[in-house]
Amino acid sequence: MNKLTVRLNLFVKLIRMRKIKFILQKEFIQIFRNRTMLPLIFGIPIIQLVILVHAATLEMKSIEVFVVDKDLSSLSHKIVNKFDGTPFYEIAGVSFSLDEAYEAIEKDEADFILHIPYGFERDLIRENKSEAQLFINGINAMTAGLINVYSISIISEFNKNIIVDLTKMPQVKNMNPINISESYWYNPELNYKIYMLPGILVILVTIISMFLAAMNIVREKEIGTIEQLNVTPISKVEFIIGKLVPFMIIALFELAFGLLIGKVFFHVPIVGSLWLLFGFTFVYLLAVLGIGLFISTISSTQQQVMFIAFFFMLVFILMSGIFTPTESMPMWAQRVNIINPFYYFMRVIRMILLKGSGLWDISKELISLLIYGIIMLSLSVWKYRKVA
Amino acid sequence: MIENDNIIEVKGLVKKFGNFIANDNLTFDVRRGEIFGFLGANGAGKTTAIRILSGLLYPTSGDVKVAGFNVYKEREKVKKNIGYMSQKFSLYEDLTVRENIRFYGGIYGMSKKYIKEKTELLLERLKMQEIQNTLIKSLPLGWKQKIAFSVAIFHNPKIVFLDEPTGGVDPITRRDFWEMIYETSHSGITVFVTTHYMDEAEYCDRVSIMDQGRIEALGKPGELKEKYASQNMNEVFIKIAR
Repeated sequence: MNKLTVRLNLFVKLIRMRKIKFILQKEFIQIFRNRTMLPLIFGIPIIQLVILVHAATLEMKSIEVFVVDKDLSSLSHKIVNKFDGTPFYEIAGVSFSLDEAYEAIEKDEADFILHIPYGFERDLIRENKSEAQLFINGINAMTAGLINVYSISIISEFNKNIIVDLTKMPQVKNMNPINISESYWYNPELNYKIYMLPGILVILVTIISMFLAAMNIVREKEIGTIEQLNVTPISKVEFIIGKLVPFMIIALFELAFGLLIGKVFFHVPIVGSLWLLFGFTFVYLLAVLGIGLFISTISSTQQQVMFIAFFFMLVFILMSGIFTPTESMPMWAQRVNIINPFYYFMRVIRMILLKGSGLWDISKELISLLIYGIIMLSLSVWKYRKVA
Repeated sequence: MIENDNIIEVKGLVKKFGNFIANDNLTFDVRRGEIFGFLGANGAGKTTAIRILSGLLYPTSGDVKVAGFNVYKEREKVKKNIGYMSQKFSLYEDLTVRENIRFYGGIYGMSKKYIKEKTELLLERLKMQEIQNTLIKSLPLGWKQKIAFSVAIFHNPKIVFLDEPTGGVDPITRRDFWEMIYETSHSGITVFVTTHYMDEAEYCDRVSIMDQGRIEALGKPGELKEKYASQNMNEVFIKIAR
């Protein structure tokens, strides 16, 4: 017990605010004196948010359909008109020959083929059923799936109407005993930008803080000043705190700046508490900066840092759930996501901004990241050697 | 003082990097207040030894005491009492002269006020008041070295380790630099300096000459010249290193 208090006292004695203040002062002077730094801090968020939010969209627009209508009946015309009439589809070409349609797909001039065979209308009237075909270019599985779903919905809508037309039945409603009505929560208009912006903001805040922190210590190694610091009685904890705080402040500022852009340009809703969001981000940054510092303690050149950080960043971003829900990933991938800081923040920022989740709702993620941060920071303090 | 007169005591210091023996059983003492020259050709093991003495490297074996403290066990106490100037340049190029001084003073735990007063005195002594707000990167090498030296002794250490402090500058600047070393020594700080310029050896109170990881000779420059029947330290060195 006595030993523990001695240890604690020693720890408290090791952290002297006065010394940390001098490190902070020096770091800030260096950051703001660096000419590439300010454009980086202000330019990157604007470019990333404004361009990426527009570009990284999964919304379907101008999907090209090649029509092969061999029937040329009034019914086949109606179907083609339905496809033509939606804002998502554009007719890329019309022909009687399937070969010509295949060619259009091969040349990437069309995304799918709508094939209405000869005798389409006749079969429907005589046998009460008929067939049309869709050939979809499956290279982009996601688009292909969307085309499939959307085309089926057009055709089933169409089905209902033919039945009405052909049978002239008065009580149409009885034909659909189950009526599905949809209502989308939290993002009623299914606005893709509102979903993407928080995700891109996560990437932005993470990249800036992780890279800057990782580059910083290794830069001191490269220019040799680290050695001068290592002969001083400065403690490792003081040193790491001094290196951490500036990037923490910059990253929190980036978040605020990004939210402002989101609010002004994309009208992103901020349903939940901003305090909670910034509090969570603080904990998140402990983990991210911890990773950055750890990378810089195990590297000896900026090049190494770039490679290591880039590798992890890419894997983590793709697995984070920015585009696809993590729940639909294979089990092993979901397990790997335990060490993916992006994964936690991606969920939580959307929960707080769009759903207005409270502290209790995000407590699991918060605690996980807190543990993560403590582990990474301890690792970097432990791995940072004043003596070789 | 009741302590003995040796400020550095080294007994049987060995440092191996894999199979390579950088320091082979070094034993020597440095006396309080003297200018101790640590000579040797490039790669003789001088830098390794100085890095061990200043707590940057762990020795493989041996007993090393600096300022009365054990280098392995009381590293942080050793660090309070030493200054260090490496051959690799150690000031921040993107900070001004004044900012560099303030930063290093600060991390030794000095107060802002004290740093400020001391900086004024220092700048006056170096005649550098006019360039105090100039970035280090735009200063000539000789000036940078003087500032680096001043920063290394800013916190009044008992010993200062200088690792090839005069590398790459002209003889006049080197002369100036040695003036600074003398002044420092007069103020009571022990100076431990490595060099491969043999003329500089003449300025030291005592020198040791290293060759291939071993100390081959140790003594006053005059004694060594006599012992090896040489006109100057250069000859002594060539006779020892063959």
